[in-house]
Amino acid sequence: MPRRTSTSTPTDIALISGFAALIAVAAILPAINVAGPVPITLQTFAVLLAGAALGAVRGFLAVLLYIAVGAAGVPIFSGGAAGLGVLSGPTAGYLFGFAFAAALCGLIVQSLPRKKIQTSVPLIFVAGLVSSALFIHTAGMAGLVFRADMTWAQAFDIDKVFWIGDVIKNVAMALVATALHRAFPDLLDRRPRRSDVEAPTPA
Amino acid sequence: MRQDTLLGDYRPGSTWLHRLTPGPKLFALAVIAVVLVALREPALALGALAMATMLVLWSGMGIATAVRTLRRIAIIALLLGAWLVWQHSWARAVDSVGDLAALVLFASVLTATTAVDDLLDTIVRLLQPLRPFGVNPEKVSLAFSLALRAIPTTLEIAEQTRDAAIARGLQRSPRARLTPLVIRVVANARATGEALHARGIGDD
Repeated sequence: MPRRTSTSTPTDIALISGFAALIAVAAILPAINVAGPVPITLQTFAVLLAGAALGAVRGFLAVLLYIAVGAAGVPIFSGGAAGLGVLSGPTAGYLFGFAFAAALCGLIVQSLPRKKIQTSVPLIFVAGLVSSALFIHTAGMAGLVFRADMTWAQAFDIDKVFWIGDVIKNVAMALVATALHRAFPDLLDRRPRRSDVEAPTPA
Repeated sequence: MRQDTLLGDYRPGSTWLHRLTPGPKLFALAVIAVVLVALREPALALGALAMATMLVLWSGMGIATAVRTLRRIAIIALLLGAWLVWQHSWARAVDSVGDLAALVLFASVLTATTAVDDLLDTIVRLLQPLRPFGVNPEKVSLAFSLALRAIPTTLEIAEQTRDAAIARGLQRSPRARLTPLVIRVVANARATGEALHARGIGDD
């Protein structure tokens, strides 16, 4: 793997696609049904990792791409579901919350000093936990309220089942993200600003 | 493992539904979804379910595929239904579960009668108006097909890293199972990016 100081646009696209695929794989690996209609998988691990690994913009796009591929009919939503039906189902809120959680997690991580990104498991853990608390759980509960006829209190009762899993998955995410940034120190180097437009001339 | 199902559920055929372009089908699905969700009528949900079943038969998608599709949402539907009966009423449960099943069937009829390539072309066309806002439809389409290709590859890597972790007696260590997987995902993506770059694909 040659050391490079900047990534090119095709590499950005490949990374976005690679993480979309990783989220898909994490979602369809054997899941555990703890309670309620939402199975627990490694999905949120991969979602927050996409943000922590690629930064806000590319992480956000990776989750959107994952949702789009699933909506197009490839069975990569948790439990092997697929299609546009899922996007109007009671668990759709969680899916859309993922995109914003990845973006926030990426925003926090990319604003940390490089040394911290490579070593500080607690900081990245907090970035993931805050992001999932702010976006995944609120959007997920909103989906349950509007599509499954629950009150906010009832949705909260279901949602809180996932909190312990969240903490564990975010610890794993922080461990893996720091290792990843040590292996690829330039992964976040080109601060991703509108990666579609900004294309450096080939070196 | 699951790679066979990951090629999508497209069934070639020549029915009217197959010949229709993806645009109108997507539009119809969206309209049906909005109507079913907006109107809380158990009768409407059952009607939609009957119509979806007819389309399943007509599209040649096959009862077996439909049953398999429904089985994927069976647990969710069952829990949701039981919960609604307990908290609200039978009518509410029939409405919500019926809506869910009908929408899943409609969506899978669309999937079964539409090739992924056609769907990609349609997405590229639908995204054209967003070009002034920095969206490049060709790049979206490239990302889409790269992701489709990366899914089976990533599944394979996940199985290999799991086997490696088990061989080392580390199956309970998230670090041993997940770190090599993610590092290989990034390494693969970078290699793909270099290859695309070398061929001038995805560059401006």
